[in-house]
Amino acid sequence: MLNYILRRLLIAIPTILILVIISFVLMFAAPGGPFNSERPLPPQTLANIEARYGLDQPYVVQIFNYIKNIVLHFDFGPSFKYKDLSVTDIIAQGFPVTLTYGFWSFVVAVVSGVSLGVVAAIRHNSKVDYAAVGVAIGASVLPNFVLAPILLLIFTLWLGWLPGGGWNGGQIEYIILPVIALSTSYFASIARLTRSSMLEVLNTGFIRTARAKGLPMRRIIWKHAMKPTIMPVLSYLGPAFVGMITGSVVIDVYFSTGGIGQYFVNSAFNRDYSVIMGITILVGCLTILFNLVVDILYAWIDPKIRY
Amino acid sequence: MTVKNILKGGTAAFVLGLGSAAAAQDSSFTMRMLDESPSIDPSLIEDVSGSDIARQLFEGLMNQDAEGNVIPGVATDYEVSEDGLTYTFNLRDGAVWSDGEPVKASDFVYSWQRAANPETASPYAWYIELMSIENASAVIAGEVDPSELGVEAPDDSTFVVHLTTPLPYFPQMVTHTTTFPVPEHVITELGDAWVEPGNMVSNGAYVLTERVPQERLVAERNEMYWDNENTSIEEVVFLIINDENVALTRYLAGELDRTEVPTGQYPSLSEEYPDQAVSVPSLCTYYYNYNLRDTGPEWAQNADVRKALSLAVDRDVLVENVLQAGQIPAYTFTPGATAGFEVPEVPFATMTQEERNEMAQELLAGAGYGPEGEPLEVEILYNTSEGHRQIAVAVSQMWQQTLGITSTLANMEWQTFLEERGNGNFDVSRAGWCGDYNEASTFLDLMDSGSGYNDAAYVNEEVDTMLADAKTAENPQELYTQIEQIVAEEMPVIPLYHYTSVFMLNPAIQGWPYDNVQGNFYVKDFTLSE
Repeated sequence: MLNYILRRLLIAIPTILILVIISFVLMFAAPGGPFNSERPLPPQTLANIEARYGLDQPYVVQIFNYIKNIVLHFDFGPSFKYKDLSVTDIIAQGFPVTLTYGFWSFVVAVVSGVSLGVVAAIRHNSKVDYAAVGVAIGASVLPNFVLAPILLLIFTLWLGWLPGGGWNGGQIEYIILPVIALSTSYFASIARLTRSSMLEVLNTGFIRTARAKGLPMRRIIWKHAMKPTIMPVLSYLGPAFVGMITGSVVIDVYFSTGGIGQYFVNSAFNRDYSVIMGITILVGCLTILFNLVVDILYAWIDPKIRY
Repeated sequence: MTVKNILKGGTAAFVLGLGSAAAAQDSSFTMRMLDESPSIDPSLIEDVSGSDIARQLFEGLMNQDAEGNVIPGVATDYEVSEDGLTYTFNLRDGAVWSDGEPVKASDFVYSWQRAANPETASPYAWYIELMSIENASAVIAGEVDPSELGVEAPDDSTFVVHLTTPLPYFPQMVTHTTTFPVPEHVITELGDAWVEPGNMVSNGAYVLTERVPQERLVAERNEMYWDNENTSIEEVVFLIINDENVALTRYLAGELDRTEVPTGQYPSLSEEYPDQAVSVPSLCTYYYNYNLRDTGPEWAQNADVRKALSLAVDRDVLVENVLQAGQIPAYTFTPGATAGFEVPEVPFATMTQEERNEMAQELLAGAGYGPEGEPLEVEILYNTSEGHRQIAVAVSQMWQQTLGITSTLANMEWQTFLEERGNGNFDVSRAGWCGDYNEASTFLDLMDSGSGYNDAAYVNEEVDTMLADAKTAENPQELYTQIEQIVAEEMPVIPLYHYTSVFMLNPAIQGWPYDNVQGNFYVKDFTLSE
């Protein structure tokens, strides 16, 4: 097992390297640059700025220096757009924010999604089931960019219960709306996945055997049905978790949380090369890490799987 | 944690506990910003919101009053030499940095040299050049040492500037944030980290206390400020809210004292909140460029065609039915709100739209295009935005109806758009220009064939000469009138409208400078009504 983990981590290195190179190439292939604006800079000023950020070097040298600085100094460079900040500053400030609201969204989505899915499956074809499916479908067709402004209207403008945005060090009243908006669609997917998986499991032979033995329903569900049910859900949860903790541009834009989700989109629009790279590497590493975690969990839950 | 901090924390928690509507109650001013500012270091500031922040934290030689007139700042007064080439500013005694150090003339020398220094790589280095300071270009180009810049400090309270050409509007230019002083003693010690809260030492009415990127920036009263006793507002809060509709919701919920009005919502908001919805003229022009390059469309070389297309645009319909927020139809490039600028009479401004349409049809037919001549196809290039799209749709409809021209709309993502427009790959492209200072040359200089912002690639030697003459003319208005008339005749661009600044302002805030067309505000001048 340890051997397997080590091997996976080693493979991650060239994977990240390829990611870096592809991102670099795509980035420079895009028209424009970080210092273009409505009023173009005079050539001399532009040259001074490009020299300061090393953009006057050939691309190959830039990529090499970039990777060298990360490996040797763990330095991702300065942001080209936000000149008072380095990429490390941006991630150090924004990532804890998205991690917080992403983590709570994950907890909310998993707990409510799995519960609803299980209840719906147990009461298959009953009113409870129909209601649960209705809720799940409703939640999945309601995109968060529609949900977020609606939440703001209801809870901030009409009821005046919660602040309409900001983070303020992560106080609870600032977290509630982002968590609702982010978790809804994940909740819906988890509920539907759990329901169909549970239905399938409940129709298998070993469950029928357990029932025939006269085991109480609660015990059958928890002791026997839950583990196999969770397997397909688990493979969804790995990427979903990464998706949630790296935030969402919609959440950051609508709730002004200051998280890193917005940089995914903004840095590309701004051609803020160093931020694009920093965020790409961060998400790349997290994706690799959590896919590995999911695989390890698989082995732990399902004894048939061995690495 | 000091007792004061504990109390403050307690108050904050209490206010939060009460809910969100408390922002306007305490003595603070909270406003929305569209995006995190690229920098709040005066030498590096490149955007409006960065300037809005720096104007609270720092104070330059001169300030502006509520009408935009130049009034004393750190300098109490100034003398100009007879040839207009030397300005001597006398700095006030009581001016100190927030750490108690006195603000010296050498701080200004350092700051201006730093802005021009190629190592600083300031995107606004060109502003030092624009001020015509001796050796500015050579310093920026790295040809001479920054110490060669034409600024000096004979003593701690005298700051002298040497210009290469007399600029009548020079005092106006030193209200710009690029000219603000920066504390040499702090920057030499801390380097780039000096802009962080806790490190930043400033000389304005407020000091930076908190900055969370993409979330908020807070500045509190600077007890060391020389005019502190006349400052009424305790705290200035800038909240970064990307979405203008969310910002409006939060304004209506009482979380903000000021926010922009989203496009198209001014009529309904001004009806519902007549004491809060504001629309005031601002120093900007929205216009379309023709592509006059050889590589551009052939018809664009013909002034009659250019004129026909411009005449056929009904500006009244644009401002009244599309924009709906008090914008001003533009028939000249320079806005009428510009200080000392009299809007020249250009013939097509006084015609009725029917007369314009008739003339447009004649001109187009005379040039051999249109329904009877060669069919004309025009592509309008703009950057992706609902507002720009609406304008482009309206303009293309007008061309279609009046002149029978088919036009296509091409929208592009911002950077791609800039690249295409800069490279001259367009027929007609949208543009907007806001004055850097309050004088007509900040607009008309775009008509200079050598200007880097002349996207139409318009070349007229007569205009170039007149622009150069206007720089030193006793009364440049006459030259500006002639230039505007030539522009109206040759029509290298289509001026469409002059902007207004449209926003919601908490009526409790007194002292907003509505008449300052540059929109420069100083929170220290605000008061809260009971």
